Amino acid sequence: MSDGHEVDRRGFLQCMAWTGTGLLWSVVGGVPASRAFGPGRAEAQSGASFSFVQISDTHIGFKGAANPDALGTFEAAIARIKVLDPKPAFLIHTGDITHAQKPGAFDTVSEALKGVGVERTFYVPGENDVFADGGTEYLNRFAVGGPGRGWQTFDYRGVHFVGLVNVLNFKAGKLGSLGPEQLEWLERDLAPLPSSTPVVVFAHVPLWAVYPEWGWVTEDGAQALGYLKRFGSVTVLNGHIHQIMQKVEGNVTFHTARSTAFPQPAPGVGPGPGPIKVPVEELRGVLGVREVRYAPGQSRLAVVETSLA
Amino acid sequence: MKALLAAAALWLAWPAVAPAQTPAPPPAQMPAQVPAQMEGAQVEIRAHAFSAPTVTVKAGTTVTWINHDDDTHTVTSTVNAFRSPGLDTDETFSYTFTTPGTYEYYCSLHPLMTGKVIVTPERS
Repeated sequence: MSDGHEVDRRGFLQCMAWTGTGLLWSVVGGVPASRAFGPGRAEAQSGASFSFVQISDTHIGFKGAANPDALGTFEAAIARIKVLDPKPAFLIHTGDITHAQKPGAFDTVSEALKGVGVERTFYVPGENDVFADGGTEYLNRFAVGGPGRGWQTFDYRGVHFVGLVNVLNFKAGKLGSLGPEQLEWLERDLAPLPSSTPVVVFAHVPLWAVYPEWGWVTEDGAQALGYLKRFGSVTVLNGHIHQIMQKVEGNVTFHTARSTAFPQPAPGVGPGPGPIKVPVEELRGVLGVREVRYAPGQSRLAVVETSLA
Repeated sequence: MKALLAAAALWLAWPAVAPAQTPAPPPAQMPAQVPAQMEGAQVEIRAHAFSAPTVTVKAGTTVTWINHDDDTHTVTSTVNAFRSPGLDTDETFSYTFTTPGTYEYYCSLHPLMTGKVIVTPERS
């Protein structure tokens, strides 16, 4: 768990300048937090703490030796989410919803996640969700009406969320990438935001170079991160590597998530990536979901990992 | 698809011919027409890699890929000459190369996995 309590004074000052009014200190959820007040701006309406859940790499349809019952562990993950208190505002699924687009797997996941009882789930695809048909099924299901090929943005209580897609440009011998169209969109999307806006970015493959030799990197991720540098609080949530890793670079905190299906080796350990079989009694201990808590005034979002054990 | 895999599985029952070896000429008493399927090469997929990154075969040869990983892989031509579905553990994909040339391929799930089939003319 990382819980950044330090106050980002510069961010506050920028916020103050922007609203032209000032800040009212309050206590939200037991931690001191600043609350912008002022005339009628959307930003001023924000300021309440909330939490959301990241679930990743559910790989529904996987029946390999590493976990013959990926559906069972997915259901265990849902049970964990259902008992969270306070209830998460929404869920984010960071891809590999299905294992290799197995028939019916998208339905299984989206129906089950509706049962969690949150307002909605935001999805980004993993390569397993798009490899067979170039993303047609995924995009028709989850990205109709969006700005591009599955990338998306939304705001929630003053936090700006960006979902990026880095699995649609796979080419032989190359790493996953965002592509120029999406990068241009991202730059335009972020341009009007004051630097004090907390930003959460989510995508399947890590945006930072976790281990390029195994493809655990986004080729043009650095360009996206360049657009994010000026923000006082940036949280990047990824999946793909089925293990928790964290890195802090300036104001940017990177987190990779566990899978609910099977673990993968630590970077560079063993002959290659892929499912690893652990003793049955240890499996649920290496699977999990993540709760992310936002409280205004904290420069870092609190990240709480829950295993399925 | 199932039929294709079944056919590939059936083919696997024949002794595999390693790609590097030149198949021994058939004994004189054998019928002249040898089914094309009997000449073949096999590429193993293991630990996120193609066992023989480059395979050289004569035109008319069937190449079969078999996935030994727990993960799913594909055999996807870079120019759409052939494209396997997702291959789960122990599943195979076969393709018969009829036209000489160099065929590059990769795994569309793990694009750092790449390989090449070089097809030489049938009579050379």
